Amino acid sequence: MSEALNIIKDPTLTYNQELIALAKLGENSDDTLVYSDEYYKAFNSRALCDLGEGKMPYRPRYICPDYELLFEKGCKFLELDPPKDLLEAINVLEIFYRHVPSITTFPVYLGDLDKLLEPFVLKEERSYAKKLLKLFLLQIDKVLTDSFVHADIGPEDSVTGRLLLELSEEMQLAVPNITLRYDPERTSDDFALACIKCMLKTAKPSFANHRMFVKEWGENYAIASCYNGLLKAGGGYTLPRMRLYECSLTAKDTEDFVNRELPRYIDLQLEYMDKRVKFIVEEASFFKANFLATEGFVKEENFTGMFGVVGLAECVNHLLGIEDKKKGFGINKEATALGLKIMDVIDERVKAHVAPYCEATDHRYRLHAQVGINTDGMDDSPGTRIPIFAEPTMLEQLQTNEKFHPYFPTGTGDIFKFEETYEKTPEAILPIIKGSFGRGLRYFSGYLENCDVVRVTGYLVKKSEIEKLKAQKQSLNNVTVFGMGAQDGAHALDRRIQRHEDNSTGQ
Amino acid sequence: MRSTAGYSVMKITAPVNKIIPFSNVDGPSNRMAIFFQGCPFNCRFCHNPETIHMCNDCGDCVKTCPVGALSLKEGKVTWNKDLCVNCDTCIKTCRHDASPKVTRMTTDELMEKILEVSPYIQGITLSGGECTLQKEFIKELFPKVKALGLTTLLDSNGSLDFESNEDILEYCDGVMLDVKAYNKEFSDWLIRYPNDVVLKNLDHLLATGKLEEVRTLIFPDRDKENEATVRYVAETIKDRCRYKIIRYRQFGVREEYRKELGDFTTGEDYAMRYVELARSLGASKAILV
Repeated sequence: MSEALNIIKDPTLTYNQELIALAKLGENSDDTLVYSDEYYKAFNSRALCDLGEGKMPYRPRYICPDYELLFEKGCKFLELDPPKDLLEAINVLEIFYRHVPSITTFPVYLGDLDKLLEPFVLKEERSYAKKLLKLFLLQIDKVLTDSFVHADIGPEDSVTGRLLLELSEEMQLAVPNITLRYDPERTSDDFALACIKCMLKTAKPSFANHRMFVKEWGENYAIASCYNGLLKAGGGYTLPRMRLYECSLTAKDTEDFVNRELPRYIDLQLEYMDKRVKFIVEEASFFKANFLATEGFVKEENFTGMFGVVGLAECVNHLLGIEDKKKGFGINKEATALGLKIMDVIDERVKAHVAPYCEATDHRYRLHAQVGINTDGMDDSPGTRIPIFAEPTMLEQLQTNEKFHPYFPTGTGDIFKFEETYEKTPEAILPIIKGSFGRGLRYFSGYLENCDVVRVTGYLVKKSEIEKLKAQKQSLNNVTVFGMGAQDGAHALDRRIQRHEDNSTGQ
Repeated sequence: MRSTAGYSVMKITAPVNKIIPFSNVDGPSNRMAIFFQGCPFNCRFCHNPETIHMCNDCGDCVKTCPVGALSLKEGKVTWNKDLCVNCDTCIKTCRHDASPKVTRMTTDELMEKILEVSPYIQGITLSGGECTLQKEFIKELFPKVKALGLTTLLDSNGSLDFESNEDILEYCDGVMLDVKAYNKEFSDWLIRYPNDVVLKNLDHLLATGKLEEVRTLIFPDRDKENEATVRYVAETIKDRCRYKIIRYRQFGVREEYRKELGDFTTGEDYAMRYVELARSLGASKAILV
């Protein structure tokens, strides 16, 4: 059977999912973009991975439109006027979202929804505003059927922010992913607590370290897709990743890896990124003809490339000959130190490389700790995370994260699963977030152990939807299949639960 | 080491049984909870009886430890925590309600641990065993903890008369007090210690504003005793502090006492009756845990 026929006959794919899979086949039938033989060798050995980007990029991977501009000027191409009330604002957004492309075919950034909608919400009765927002969220979940669809709120408290939290808890939907841009000086404790309560029950919002992102990007940044930091009115051209465990397999020893193999793989990934970025800007019509570009909703100079890594823990454990991961990266000081050394090599080499068309990021690509994909199995833990089943106490896990998170302006994060007593004591989580953000943690996610909506590695799925796929039924959300793979292959839902007793250290 | 004119002074130490860096159940917010070894009570319902007595170095546990983490050195049972796999065989072996997994620490040593956790917590809670057995240690520790901007709580059974030990409260933000039994006869049987001091402490801590919360355990089918305790506490504290009504749970309770008290957990509805009783008597902050 041909690949196309497989897709067409697969009963677990919705029509839309078949369409996307068939389009990818079409895209991959062209060989215009070619790389060096060395690159293909690394690609075929699984050391380098293109994260399903396809052979012919016809748009940047992630696009973060300037929705403020849309509300200010409207859109000529879509014949939309600036909205005058909440109903119009929501209508304008829903229409516009349909035309924001990305690797997933759905918009990965929906805007700072609280700030965008607040002036309109304040003009309405609260109950009417809530009803409109409920329909808006329902539309998003049922039409933008992909958990990489992401909305931002905060740092300040707002009526809209509160309504979005209330509705998220009531509706229990996986889409959209939500991030609170958290700054202890601008976000009130009360609003942060409301976010924590919602997070425990729906796995969202996550907390982004606002000060850290502002320092790197300025105020004008967006959190998109899983947890990607990018510029508004811009985005990310491409996100390939080095599978560090597989990269380490060709090295004779640690010294050989750090001095030769690692730099070699880094250069190959840079070659891939340069070629793609140039192709998207110079060859593809997107920046020349798409209304997003011609009307100024995105600007090419606000885009950058995301240099991804995955599997640092397994890479380090392999190089040091550590078989028991409970004695490896994140627990054992020597292993963690080697992890830092490897990150320094990657960081310095990527920073030394002049990247094409990355004006806003000083002509450099920015690092991204990739969260893994459904086919990774247990070989590569997400980014620089400590492997599932090897997690030490939450304190030690945070301390390790704090060392690694600063490397990744285009995103990284960790997830904590809390036992049920935290439902009654959400205020116990806020000091943990405050403390770790002050010490270098970039992004914090959590959920209660008994939730239906759960965070797999970076994206959200419903456990009940995974069960549908397992029963050979269709799941509307395109990401449920990733969740199933990550659950079965990487045990991503079996992460350590933060229990009071488990956290004891003796002395 | 403090020294005066060449004489070195013995440093104060306390026997530490366990440290929990992040706890959400030992007082408000996120706290570091430190558990000391040793308790003057011998409650029949004790959930961690291995914290009651100090080790008498009999060496029984050294023989049963499956991984060789325990040894006898100069007549003292010594614990190697790097080898220990926390299987608790030693705890099951011990006939003295003690534990070999206890470390004596100075306040400076404990401060090192607290300092590491301090960015993430609102404060610390000292518990046990019974923390006030270590009153000299606490007096030295708390000013150092307060200097870090952290809050300091004691989780106490009320066996130490706080009125005649005022100085322990000087740097203490509050006491979480157990009032286990009001009825004297029941108390003598249940905790095997006079409860007048506990009731006196309840009054004193209320009067000095140091009462953080009161806790009472509800036992299955002991209507008269449960009611007497809850009624007394509720009428005393009214709405002035939190009152946690806790269901008796059989887990960890010694077998012989499980037979007396019940080999099951107090029903939620049964316990809720006492929360309602407490509220009806004015203890508006009564909650079921």
